[in-house]
Amino acid sequence: MDQLIQHLVNTAILGGTYALLGIGLTLIFGIMNVVNFTHGALYTVGAYLMYLAVAALGLNFFLALPVAILGGLLFGAAIEILLLRPFRGQDIDTTMLVMIGAGIALQSGTLWIFGGVAKAIPSPFPEAPLQIGPVSVSWLRLFVLGAALALIGLAYALINRTKLGLAMRAAFQDADTAALMGVNVRRIYTATFAMGSALAAAAGALLGPVYVVYPQMGGLAELKAFAIVILGGLGNVTGAAIGGFILALAEELGAGYVSSGYRDAMGFLIIIAVLLYKPTGLFAKAERIG
Amino acid sequence: MSPILSVDHAGVRFGGLVAIADLHFDVQPGEIVSLIGPNGAGKTTAFNVMTGFLKPSQGEVRFRGTSLKGLQPHEITRLGLARTFQRTSVFADDTVFDNVMIGLHRQGGRMSRAPLLDALLGRAGASERALRERAAALIDWVGLSARAQERAGALAYGEQRLVGVALALATEPAMLLLDEPVSGMNASETRVFVRLIRQIRERGITVLLVEHDMPMVMEVSDRIVVLNYGRLIAEGPPAAIRSDPAVIEAYLGQGSAARRAAAEAQGCEAQGSVSEAAHA
Amino acid sequence: MSRLLPLALLAALVALPLALGPSPYLLNALIVTGILTIGALSLNLLLGFTGQLSLGHIAFFGIGAYVSALTSLGFEVDLGFGYRIVHEPWPAAVGFGLATLAAGACGWLIGRLSFRVRGAYFVIVTISFAEVVRLVALNWVELTQGPLALTGIPAITLGLPGIGTWTLRTKLQNYYLVLAVGTLCWLVVARLVGSRFGRAMRGLKENESLALSVGINATRTLTVAAVISAAMAGAAGSLYAHYLRIIDPDVFAFTTTVSMVIMVVAGGKGTLMGPVVGGLIFGLLPVALRPVMAPEAQWIVYGLVLIVILFVMPRGIVPGLADLVRRRPARPAPVLEPSPVVQR
Repeated sequence: MDQLIQHLVNTAILGGTYALLGIGLTLIFGIMNVVNFTHGALYTVGAYLMYLAVAALGLNFFLALPVAILGGLLFGAAIEILLLRPFRGQDIDTTMLVMIGAGIALQSGTLWIFGGVAKAIPSPFPEAPLQIGPVSVSWLRLFVLGAALALIGLAYALINRTKLGLAMRAAFQDADTAALMGVNVRRIYTATFAMGSALAAAAGALLGPVYVVYPQMGGLAELKAFAIVILGGLGNVTGAAIGGFILALAEELGAGYVSSGYRDAMGFLIIIAVLLYKPTGLFAKAERIG
Repeated sequence: MSPILSVDHAGVRFGGLVAIADLHFDVQPGEIVSLIGPNGAGKTTAFNVMTGFLKPSQGEVRFRGTSLKGLQPHEITRLGLARTFQRTSVFADDTVFDNVMIGLHRQGGRMSRAPLLDALLGRAGASERALRERAAALIDWVGLSARAQERAGALAYGEQRLVGVALALATEPAMLLLDEPVSGMNASETRVFVRLIRQIRERGITVLLVEHDMPMVMEVSDRIVVLNYGRLIAEGPPAAIRSDPAVIEAYLGQGSAARRAAAEAQGCEAQGSVSEAAHA
Repeated sequence: MSRLLPLALLAALVALPLALGPSPYLLNALIVTGILTIGALSLNLLLGFTGQLSLGHIAFFGIGAYVSALTSLGFEVDLGFGYRIVHEPWPAAVGFGLATLAAGACGWLIGRLSFRVRGAYFVIVTISFAEVVRLVALNWVELTQGPLALTGIPAITLGLPGIGTWTLRTKLQNYYLVLAVGTLCWLVVARLVGSRFGRAMRGLKENESLALSVGINATRTLTVAAVISAAMAGAAGSLYAHYLRIIDPDVFAFTTTVSMVIMVVAGGKGTLMGPVVGGLIFGLLPVALRPVMAPEAQWIVYGLVLIVILFVMPRGIVPGLADLVRRRPARPAPVLEPSPVVQR
């Protein structure tokens, strides 16, 4: 029982960052119809920016976090403007291949610049964990959860409470109609991609100090983000948030009760199960026939 | 004679929207029947139900006595019910000839038990040659021989329609559904197409078409089925439909374009009698 | 012309080692290139001819490598509940056959599972599958040795009863083996594409509704394509295992799939010669870049090259050159209609 409670606490902490990753990807997928294979690289970029700011520049940890997120935002905007705009109107396969090329180039660039050795980001929190009864949580992880929840809330407010969010939702419904109604779809796409990238970078910047930072860390994170998006339904922000926690739960329980080696396999088994039992339900977009 | 196609109280709902409701009609073998109605009347939906692209929410469609319930489009085609499409009617990147070769997918393979193995071992030569001859013959039959080696997507609209018909005929259907075959065609192309529809019937193929071109419908059909708001409002020979008050009401209610169509339908009567007089 | 070109290329590849002389480094690069090109050929069958991108293609390759290695090495595993499987080593050539079959069976499974959804979902299912398989290879230490790698994999022995046997130990022998298998795979793809089955694939890719309406069974056609494609990738993986004589879970690296994708897209997807041309260029590019660049920097170049090719020659090098030769402007991109989808 104590063990289960510990797993649930871990789930909450991991789930927050997974939700960030998933929301970013599902926004881009849903609004732009782009399968974003740079998402993992942006996660890595966020972690390395955090590392650079804290370890190399000696910036305050809490100041470094917004810097890393802002860096992800700018990176995402640059990718969208330089690489996606020229391919606007092409089919989803072409933009997917472009994103694969960009993702590989980014990941290899990180490897080239920083080398393959994993780096640790020093954290300002006390080493000793917070102990409540049988459950122990490190202060850093608690901060990660709090920050992730705050960012999810911010993303929600942006989508639901601002003019930009309204335009994004309009573009998600139907880009052509939105354009007719005076929405600058080009700018919405840039904003969407930048925002999605910022969320991925935030996830990297938050998990970087918890684990270690290395150039290939984004690969697995990206695949997990895809699992979350499938789980939650295409373009469904709430679904992605919930999906993040479900994946975290599956991983925690899988690692705890099955085998820790297969922790990372859980997401993929979930994808396969979802597609088996609800193949089109998550993708339900009525299309005209004939 | 038992009908070749029976639409048996079929209904389709998209969410709360009723696309067709309780649709009920038969088509007899050898007939040319038109399905008409104002825009949004549910004609294309009805076609999609008959060919398995949509599942009816109620009722069913029977073809040659077999219920089509739960059958996939390709299975329905294999039973002998072929269709054309309103828009995308060709494989645009392939030549006309290759289009028809794709259409002959199911043909000429019966002599072989393992077509895949034959292909790998290069044993399919004889049946391939037979298929090529049939493709050439079909293309000739619809009058596109001169275009056989051109990319189908580059052809004029009317010619693409002919490719679509050749594709459908390649499946050796007993019945052919044509979805707005002459929309966008000029008068002379339409006349050629009407002749083609009659020739298709002479091959022993029953024809059901959805069409907006009223003079054409009046000229070619043995019988007309009229839909409005997803419901059948009239059924009968062209002469009866032309003067049916419910039909006129349905079209007049739809504004000027529909009124013109109705007017054309009226005008067509005069035209028809002139040509009949000429025949006499 | 179109028949002569592949034959000329084959003749050149047969003669190449004679021209190169005894350079084990180049020969090694050619063998690995050849194996990856077989992977690209198999990927092209799905990506190029059916339009379905299998981004987990490396799974079939890796499964082929592991099945072949384990068949020829023998293994002993405890399945729990008192069940033990003890397998004595079999000849490597049998391993090659089993590798092809096992990978094909996995292709069938994935095809059945995911062709109901297609598109982006197919991409993600295939990646997920590859990742699961990699984790199994990494964690089922009793069977695969995990990260410690399977070592001492025997070389392939070819034998004809009454004539004698040859064990392919040298690089030159392996080069010709890879060339032979590659040629066979190319012929299989060529035959398939020219057959009614190939026409069904093309029809589905260009206009699915229309293809269904002429009686083409989408699920069956795509599944068969996936089986054949996976089997070929498995054969390539088997060649890889018996050539390197050692494999570890890194054979499942995502970057290898990306290499194959770049080969296909750059060469020309949906063409017969595209993956071969793309495979030779990108397989041998590391040799050309090695003196000037670190390996990780090379991958930056590949990623950028993929983007540039998509921008400049979206259909790939082979169709692009063919257009140039014919002095004809490139075909305009087909008008995109909203893809009609069957309601299920």
